[in-house]
Amino acid sequence: MTKLPGWQGLQRVALVLGLPAVLVVVWWFASADSDHLVFRPLSEILVAFRETWLGPRLVEDVLPSLSRLARGYAASVVLGVGLGVLVGWSRTLRALLEPVLELLRAIPPPALIPLIGLFAGLGDSRRIVIIIAGCVWPILLNTVEGVRAVDEVLADTCRSYRVRGLTRLRQLVLRSASPQIMTGARQALAIGIILMVISELRGTVHGIGFSVEQFQTSFRYPEMWSGVLLLGLLGVALALLFRLADSWILGWYHGLRASNRER
Amino acid sequence: MLEVRGLHKVYDSHGRRVEAIGELTFTVDDGRFACVVGPSGCGKTTLLRCIAGLLPPTGGEVWVQGSQVTGPPSGLAVVFQEYGRSLFPWLRVRDNVELPLRAAGLPRARRRELATEALAAVGLSDAHRAYPWQLSGGMQQRVAIARAVAYQPQVLLMDEPFAAVDAQTRADLEDLIRSVWRRLGVTLLFVTHDIDEAVYLGERVIVLSAAPTRIREDLAIDLPVERDQLATRSDPRFTDLRAHIYAQIQKTRHPAPQEELS
Ligand SMILES: Nc1ncnc2c1ncn2[C@@H]1O[C@H](COP(=O)(O)OP(=O)(O)O)[C@@H](O)[C@H]1O
Ligand SMILES: [Mg+2]
Repeated sequence: MTKLPGWQGLQRVALVLGLPAVLVVVWWFASADSDHLVFRPLSEILVAFRETWLGPRLVEDVLPSLSRLARGYAASVVLGVGLGVLVGWSRTLRALLEPVLELLRAIPPPALIPLIGLFAGLGDSRRIVIIIAGCVWPILLNTVEGVRAVDEVLADTCRSYRVRGLTRLRQLVLRSASPQIMTGARQALAIGIILMVISELRGTVHGIGFSVEQFQTSFRYPEMWSGVLLLGLLGVALALLFRLADSWILGWYHGLRASNRER
Repeated sequence: MLEVRGLHKVYDSHGRRVEAIGELTFTVDDGRFACVVGPSGCGKTTLLRCIAGLLPPTGGEVWVQGSQVTGPPSGLAVVFQEYGRSLFPWLRVRDNVELPLRAAGLPRARRRELATEALAAVGLSDAHRAYPWQLSGGMQQRVAIARAVAYQPQVLLMDEPFAAVDAQTRADLEDLIRSVWRRLGVTLLFVTHDIDEAVYLGERVIVLSAAPTRIREDLAIDLPVERDQLATRSDPRFTDLRAHIYAQIQKTRHPAPQEELS
């Protein structure tokens, strides 16, 4: 029996979108006659969504938020991987820094907001520093783990074939730590989105987080819900982007795992 | 040339002291093929790692191509016992072969040429785009050999390279090694626990005792240069040599042989 090409793909799409579709339908009908002040009908929320976010706010609020997230996240990756390689590499540095890193990591980043405000001023830079303060830890600590776990046979191979310096760093250390680094980066992305919102709750007049907060305090509940919906959709979109990057960077790793499972 | 003088190695870690190598002295002249045979755990891997500059000896010295080994010497390649783990899983076969050449700063065109030649020599011309984990154990071992060949070493060390492949693949790989050795004119030290393999491959077999390891016997293999899996292995001289070495190794394991019923 032959299957139509694409049939399996369709099945997968149906599987992925099935539950969300059902939930939206349930939400639509359950909320349709709602006259509750806070829990508005979905139809109203969708109208608010179009009017709120697809207008000037896209440029005034959504893009600045995303840009801060992107800059903070990128800085965290560079900082986390860079420091992680150094710490994972040097035994002395590790012994010296590990307790401090564990302590810093244990502090919830929102608790640092007032403190960071003191040093980083008030503008964009303050909010970016808050995002970095939360995102850098999972990347840093996972990179340290990954660098320490370099296979010793591969390390010997590099030594005896005199693969050293930058080639060694790129071809051995970073590549073999890359599955761990990606794990840290995935955790950091989730933290980054949360901090993007939290960092906007005070001291600004722009951003998605600020807008949602403002709608709530001014009783504009459909708009508030549409902001929550927007954040959810952004989260899904970013997770998809991450999946794309992951399969590009770690294609070899997923293949290796699959072939080990078959053997 | 490869010289091992009074090599002595003791592992001393976590309160456990293992005298892996008692005393080893031997020389392998340029372009010669020597096999080292000895029972498992007698320090064969330890010997290779000392020669490769991956492990500092406790006593004695190693000289490769006229300079004393203090770290990995240039012009020396190793094919590791754990060949599967010695290939980079994130690099395709060709890039695995080219990596040492890239680190040596060879221009791209030259790297390509050497890798293509080496992969053809081990019969893997079609596999250069594959990842190592997409290949069978025997093919992975060929990639590891191709990487050593492309590196154009003066000295090549191989650590039980065929211990984990099936009999047919193993026979093919043995003949491959002979042909590679004759073509490159490389000085080859081949370590194995398999007596037949040592006699079939080498011009000379160094028989090691059990730990603390010494040389039990250093035997010239006076078989014809052209070897053939069927003809050579049924040659009476081959059978004599392997019986002789077998007896030597049995003696090292049971220094005072006793009458046994069996
Ligand atoms: N890193 C190490 N630390 C402690 N003992 C070791 C280490 N490597 C090998 N040994 C011991 O040294 C002896 C020789 O090991 P090895 O050289 O691997 O033998 P072979 O390769 O002939 O099987 C064994 O008894 C082994 O347990
Ligand atoms: Mg061994």
